[in-house]
Amino acid sequence: MPKTLTKSLTPAGTLYRGREGQWSWVAHRITGVVIFFFLLVHVLDTSLVRVSPEAYDAVIASYKNPIMGLGELGLVAAIVFHAFNGIRLILVDFWKKGPKYHRQMLWGVVGLWAVVMIAFSIRHLSHVFGG
Amino acid sequence: MEKEPASKVELSKDVAGGEIPTFDVTLKVRRYNPEVSDEAHWDEWQLTMYGTDRVLDALHKVKWEHDGSVSFRRSCAHGVCGSDAMRINGRNRLACKTLLKDLDTSKPILVEPIKGLPVEKDLIVDMEPFFQSYREIMPFLISKGHEPAKERLQSAEERDRYDDTTKCILCAACTSSCPVFWTDGQYFGPAAIVNAHRFIFDSRDDAGDMRLEILNDKEGVWRCRTTFNCSEACPRGIQVTKAISEVKQAILTRKV
Repeated sequence: MPKTLTKSLTPAGTLYRGREGQWSWVAHRITGVVIFFFLLVHVLDTSLVRVSPEAYDAVIASYKNPIMGLGELGLVAAIVFHAFNGIRLILVDFWKKGPKYHRQMLWGVVGLWAVVMIAFSIRHLSHVFGG
Repeated sequence: MEKEPASKVELSKDVAGGEIPTFDVTLKVRRYNPEVSDEAHWDEWQLTMYGTDRVLDALHKVKWEHDGSVSFRRSCAHGVCGSDAMRINGRNRLACKTLLKDLDTSKPILVEPIKGLPVEKDLIVDMEPFFQSYREIMPFLISKGHEPAKERLQSAEERDRYDDTTKCILCAACTSSCPVFWTDGQYFGPAAIVNAHRFIFDSRDDAGDMRLEILNDKEGVWRCRTTFNCSEACPRGIQVTKAISEVKQAILTRKV
């Protein structure tokens, strides 16, 4: 019997191979943190209107470029996922059949997200790049 | 001595040779020995195994024929005692219930200790934090009043409410698959909640309120983020996340 004993150079363990539930949880966390940082900036720039309306206008005008436009697309994508998945999580906890249909509900969330994002992307990107 | 009677079973020629099909697998085991090194590493063996073999048989072959220092826990080896829960190809499974032929044998089979509990050696972890949580939910019948002269009666419907959670074998596959438990060792974990569920919804038990109070804690059921890793890891097929949700509901409505 061939016996090969080798010490692998990769000391790290494997990533736990969870399924839809684990990865939707990861996505929910990431989008949550993204939304938090947006809100932080959003509160700051909105509060500028108390400093001076001109300063507020100047800051908002500086957002009107394609990079921020794509950033807004990403932000809406994060918020839409977080919102729909949040409803799914409430149903998992409070609807009697929630745990049984959690996977189907996730595909529902992804489907709704795709529909909303396609519609929003067409309108938003035509604003950003169409002038 | 009597002559052995002829076999009543007709065996085809190719089976008569007693040959069982074999295949080669590469087994990679995550090794850790604090007496030698603080670092864990992977060891790898090429093994010829049979179609009827499980991951546990491969580990036995390594331990018995190649390297006796490989350490793991197992007792019954038939999915009842719950000793050999380990991470096989990144998922918590019982080594004695995972057939090698069901895994992708073209790639190395990775075997690691379960996550979130302190590793003592190789695949052996310290189960004490796990059992501590289990003891805290009082996993025994508590009844008020006098002991009845005859058995405590229960209808089939009443029994059915907690049937699923009676199946637990305390292997820790669920608790150590939980991302919340990995980062917060104080969390009771799915197994403790499953075993609390087993008594909370038992009509003969009178301490349901006490157990709900114990689990209505910052580190209790509210830590659950419904990732469903526990339900997928359970070797007994217990709907763990569903049981946790039922306990959440019972805490909110105070109705069992």
